[in-house]
Amino acid sequence: MKFGIVVFPGSNCDRDVAYVTRDVIGQPTRMIWHQDTDLSDLDVVIVPGGFSYGDYLRCGAIARFSPVMNSVINHAQQGKWVLGICNGFQILTEVGLLPGALTRNRDLHFICDRVPLKITPHRTPWTSQYDPDQVITLPIAHGEGRYHADADTLKALADHDQILFRYCDHEGAIDDTTNPNGSASNIAGITNPQGNILGMMPHPERAADPVLNATDGLGLFKSLLAA
Amino acid sequence: MAHFQARIYVTLRPSVLDPAGVAVCSGLHQLGYEAVESVRIGKYIEVALDAADQGDAETQLDQMCDRLLANPVIENYRFELNELAST
Repeated sequence: MKFGIVVFPGSNCDRDVAYVTRDVIGQPTRMIWHQDTDLSDLDVVIVPGGFSYGDYLRCGAIARFSPVMNSVINHAQQGKWVLGICNGFQILTEVGLLPGALTRNRDLHFICDRVPLKITPHRTPWTSQYDPDQVITLPIAHGEGRYHADADTLKALADHDQILFRYCDHEGAIDDTTNPNGSASNIAGITNPQGNILGMMPHPERAADPVLNATDGLGLFKSLLAA
Repeated sequence: MAHFQARIYVTLRPSVLDPAGVAVCSGLHQLGYEAVESVRIGKYIEVALDAADQGDAETQLDQMCDRLLANPVIENYRFELNELAST
């Protein structure tokens, strides 16, 4: 399975992701400069975290128009895998591959923490290596991670099992007190209806190496390999 | 071609929580402005552009706002347009 990682001016998690896909799970991996447009050799495109183009205007708003993004859209429309992490999630919503928007955290703070997340109870290609309803812990690091969508969109996300990760407590309870940024329905990660595009605010690539004493993110990458 | 100056106001939709506005509102209360009921913070953008006429300028600006300057999922926009004397 060949991975490509998009590099915008201001991306800063690109090499962390490459370390996981190339060195930890041993898959061919190449970096994609934001002006490249040929992604035909790739199975998975990852849009990593960072501050693309300085996040001027809105997070992801300028990155959306870089040459590579049309190719990412084509890649996604062919049913191939696309994963957006943090800033990558913001970009995928700006470009319209995923519904909703990521807005300023409820309490205005930039949050850098490790938080518990509840995995969807449904089987998905992204979570097959986890147990349904399993609680995992992943790092988050964002100032604009409050997921917002209108009521109809939230209902559609729930009805079609598109919510893969929700903020919870260590026992898996989901309510306002276990919601670090004020996201609607405690949403931390969603897919498109077809399920081949995933956007998530937490960083699985920062919890995928035993050296870090954090490996809960590894299951996501292993799930992809099994998909 | 005529030359235009646009003043664009981008505001959060009423349904979207504006935590920065809430924080500023409480700051104003602390300063003694108890009469302040609410604060909403938006963006103000000035754009200078050339267009065939007023209608053409409005069409271009609508597209700019829909495509980049505002995110219709969470924001509304409006603009004022002035034709500038040609130099």
